[in-house]
Amino acid sequence: MTRIALLGGLYSNDRALTAALRDIARRGVDATYCLGDLGAFGPHPDRVYPLLRDAGVACLQGNYDNSLAGGLDDCQCGYTDPRDNHFARLSYTYTFRHTSDDHKAWLRTLPLTRRLDVGGRQVLLCHGSPRKINEFLWESTSPEGFLDRLVADAGADIVCVTHTGLKWHRPLAGGRHVINVGVLGRPENDGTTAVWYTLLTVDRGGVTVDFVPVIYDHLALAADMRAERLPEEFVETILTGWWTTCLEILPHKERARGRF
Amino acid sequence: MTPPAISLTHLDNLWIQVSGTLCNIACAHCFNSSGPNVRTFDHLSREAVRDAIDAAARRGVREIFFTGGEPFLNPHLLEMLEWSLAIAPTTVLTNGMLIGDRTADRLAALERPSAYSFEIRVSLDGYTEAMNDAIRGRGVFRQALAAIARLSRRGLLPLVTIVRTWPDEDEAATLAGFMRVLREAGDLRPRVKILPALPLGREPARAPGPGAGGLVTTEMLDGFDRDLLMCSNSRVVTDRGIWVCPLLVEQPDARLGATLDEAATSYPLRHAACVSCWQYGTICGNISAQIDGPDTVHASPAAAPRP
Repeated sequence: MTRIALLGGLYSNDRALTAALRDIARRGVDATYCLGDLGAFGPHPDRVYPLLRDAGVACLQGNYDNSLAGGLDDCQCGYTDPRDNHFARLSYTYTFRHTSDDHKAWLRTLPLTRRLDVGGRQVLLCHGSPRKINEFLWESTSPEGFLDRLVADAGADIVCVTHTGLKWHRPLAGGRHVINVGVLGRPENDGTTAVWYTLLTVDRGGVTVDFVPVIYDHLALAADMRAERLPEEFVETILTGWWTTCLEILPHKERARGRF
Repeated sequence: MTPPAISLTHLDNLWIQVSGTLCNIACAHCFNSSGPNVRTFDHLSREAVRDAIDAAARRGVREIFFTGGEPFLNPHLLEMLEWSLAIAPTTVLTNGMLIGDRTADRLAALERPSAYSFEIRVSLDGYTEAMNDAIRGRGVFRQALAAIARLSRRGLLPLVTIVRTWPDEDEAATLAGFMRVLREAGDLRPRVKILPALPLGREPARAPGPGAGGLVTTEMLDGFDRDLLMCSNSRVVTDRGIWVCPLLVEQPDARLGATLDEAATSYPLRHAACVSCWQYGTICGNISAQIDGPDTVHASPAAAPRP
């Protein structure tokens, strides 16, 4: 049996990362990977780096990391609504200012994708999609035929992504899979404060995907965010589990499940 | 100079011009000059739509869009939407005028069991009767708002599509006006998509100006993300064949063949409208346009799309 842990966007949520890494260590895995977007949204972006290093987590570049590493003007999140862009700008400016030069240099060394052999299955890890770092793969706008093509073009059995903030798993014909591993950075717009990571297990029985909820000290995170004067809208999301910003990108199904 | 050609990388988006250019109204800015009795393109048959959806499914299509004209003029639309939703996320672009309670009920019944998102894009071009109806015709404002309310009551969260026809200095007040009027109409979680006015169809006569001017050059594509161009990822099915993109349906040279397979070819960016697509990026999609207006958030908290 081979089991790996997959972490999606961290968004500077060092408290959730600490809790997740503790949970992963308790369960025992063969390796842990982070699919990118280490910073954004949360406070004190530099805090996640030593945690990742100490736990031996192999990371990819997300669009946020790519922007920070390249000194770009924006996060390449692809928002178009003026309100979304307003919050994206606040968040990016804060994260850029509070990420050390050493960490930016380290982000530059990260690959955009990783290919793994997990128990004989070819696994491709990427941030948005195999074809684009900031492509959103939502459950309700990723039809089966499209995913079949995506996985075939990627030359993989299993494709793992993050970027949207919402987890899902689609088994495809021929024993192939697409998994959105969710994110540790913020709750997933369901009115609960839990965040999520993913365990991928391959054994003789086949492929098993487990989404693992992480309960962490979200009140302390909210206090950190307020102390850093991050937008109250972000704090509200951490405290309530409902997304309050960057809603424009959500397709109908995902939007309808939220409060706003 | 040879215009740069764009290949179809993947058929992400299938556009179905289901009612041709037939519409129950004739908007002053309509980019394909649709209107009553305008038969540049006619209704698509059930068979033609079925074949197009099947062919697109074989190519791994990602999203399907029904447009016109006014799609609800096609008597088979609801059945076609049902086929489409079984295959892929589906969007219908409408003026809303034909969406009464019974149709709204049927749309909600299509949406509920579907695994894929169903987007209903309702056009509205003004937040007052005077502003909207000057562009879209008398009585349209009230009927469109009534449709938006019916869809909202059924949880369908319509995506209100607005063409930017106001000057930059009016941005904050205009967006706030739209949000206010949508909420007052019963759309408590307004979703809006702002589109640029395109120098095509009737628009140049409504707002004469310099137009886009010029063509897309090879240099303009240097370092440019070609995925933002519709022709790299979309095709349009009409009753007269397959066109390269929704904007160019009035251009005969933009017809690429009779079938999607024939139309999976490259296309040279030889029209001024291609500059609009280059400038704004995938304008026709549901969320991917890059329509930068001024930052209105600080200027007017009322513009924020939240209760």
